[in-house]
Amino acid sequence: MRVKRSAYFLIAFLAFILMAVFSISAGAVDMPLRKILDVFLGNGDEASRTIILALRLPRMIEAAVVGMGLSVAGAFFQGLLRNPMADPYVLGISSGAALGATIAIVLGFGILGLNAMAFIASLMTVFFVYAISKVGGRISMTTMLLAGIAVSAFMSAVISLMMLLNHNELSRIIFWTMGGFNLTSWEDVMFSVPVIVIGSFALYTFSRDVNAILTGEEVAEHLGVNTELIKKVVLVFGSLVTATSVSVGGVIGFVGLIVPHISRLMVGADNRVLVPFSAIFGATFLLFADVVARVILKPVEVPIGIVTAAFGGPFFLYLLIKNRRKGEGM
Amino acid sequence: MAILKVERLRFAYGAVEVLKGIDLSIERNMVLGIIGANGSGKTTLLKNISGYLRPVYGSVSILGKNIMDYGIKERARYIGYVPQDGMYNLEFTCYDIVMMGRMPYLRRFQTETKQDRDIVKECMEATNTWYLKDRSIRHLSGGERQRVYIARALAQRPKILLMDEPVSHLDIKYQIEILSLVRGLASTGLLVIVVLHDINLASEFCDEILIMKEGQMIACGPPAEVLTRDNMISAFSVDASIIENPVSGKPYVIPYLGMGNKGKR
Repeated sequence: MRVKRSAYFLIAFLAFILMAVFSISAGAVDMPLRKILDVFLGNGDEASRTIILALRLPRMIEAAVVGMGLSVAGAFFQGLLRNPMADPYVLGISSGAALGATIAIVLGFGILGLNAMAFIASLMTVFFVYAISKVGGRISMTTMLLAGIAVSAFMSAVISLMMLLNHNELSRIIFWTMGGFNLTSWEDVMFSVPVIVIGSFALYTFSRDVNAILTGEEVAEHLGVNTELIKKVVLVFGSLVTATSVSVGGVIGFVGLIVPHISRLMVGADNRVLVPFSAIFGATFLLFADVVARVILKPVEVPIGIVTAAFGGPFFLYLLIKNRRKGEGM
Repeated sequence: MAILKVERLRFAYGAVEVLKGIDLSIERNMVLGIIGANGSGKTTLLKNISGYLRPVYGSVSILGKNIMDYGIKERARYIGYVPQDGMYNLEFTCYDIVMMGRMPYLRRFQTETKQDRDIVKECMEATNTWYLKDRSIRHLSGGERQRVYIARALAQRPKILLMDEPVSHLDIKYQIEILSLVRGLASTGLLVIVVLHDINLASEFCDEILIMKEGQMIACGPPAEVLTRDNMISAFSVDASIIENPVSGKPYVIPYLGMGNKGKR
């Protein structure tokens, strides 16, 4: 198992490096490796410099970091809720963000205002769901799951209504809700990367506690884990990471659901191993999806959410079928 | 000093009072069985003893200190808890599961030391689970899984081991295996408190039995003293004959079938 784990980590890491380079090289204008090296060594022509340093590099960093953040948050939400269906959006973060973004688009806000609205609305949604789920000092995870679904459904209804009433903004809203990094700037990176990286690392430090919670909340408490505190901390950091990711990348589906699952099939359920692996794998996967989104209908860009679902779905099904004998564990 | 002292303990879920004043003092290591009808408060008593639930009135003390004055982590060094068999669908190895028992001794960023690994090995050997160390917890039989959970609780190096119906889902072979194991543990210096459904298993394996009825303790003592016809009628509304088990000499309860109502008189 240990050798197998190390091999998986090595492969994932190499794949990540490869995708990172590829992500800078591929796009409307192809950048060969030589040109990329030139630019990073301080040479290269003006056009290449602009494309690589002002467009591709922030985009690459953002896609990787968002992929990492969503995967780590997904792994923790699945563990905390002890539910394999859970993903970072399960508490209504995505629909909250989408509603915030829709309002911003309809009101004609700029990109920065849009991101801010998405961020604030998603955190407000989680806080609302959290407040509902608090019963006598303890958070009921089941109530939380159901409240998240109910709030999401309601917000989706509001978004649909707003889309109907604002025909001319329809495509912008749809595009935003399916996600993408085509508008990523260094400002986005400066704001979001520190939050996502620090948040993910903070989550990681609670891996051992969440391991114990996976075997039962009550049992964990008897192992000396302050489960109520852990739940709050994980919810706060998980929501922060997710809300930040969504506000810069839109609602990119599927990553936070399947990356932790696929990782679990590869390296096991121990969060101390699963979380770092999901982080690398998630970053690689989203880099890959972003490249595909750019080149598949070149020069038109496809929303990245379409790519993650189109590739992630079948790949996940394949793994499920392959592992059917083992059952669908966590 | 009493290992465990329960004084005028009352507990309620909302307006429903589940424990109505329990007094109990245990001075020596042994296996204490708790029996009683469904809803009589057995599990609630266990959770009050473990500090998971906070008493509404009265107190629980472990080695002279109120359980509520222990920190969560510190508490876990005194009390180990074995749950009912949950069908955990988890991809954890048995070794990882037992290592969780060392959490009360580890700081957040601390990795396990050689001492932790030694203790885990020792506890797995004591429960005959060392050969399962690399196996996934989900592929075990019910009896094996329960032994792993006992090993984890032992890795906490507790003074008191609490078990909530540890054998209810197991067949007779595993029931005997687990309870024999528990008996052996008690003799090595551990107070074991175990909730059991099967009165005759309790009679065979427990040094003392506590009988609960509607949130109150109606008897507590050696099986021969408390497993009486009156107590069976009172606690379970079932009339029964009590004979002596010809092999072990312990009381053996034979309920009268189909006379549930008659017993109430």
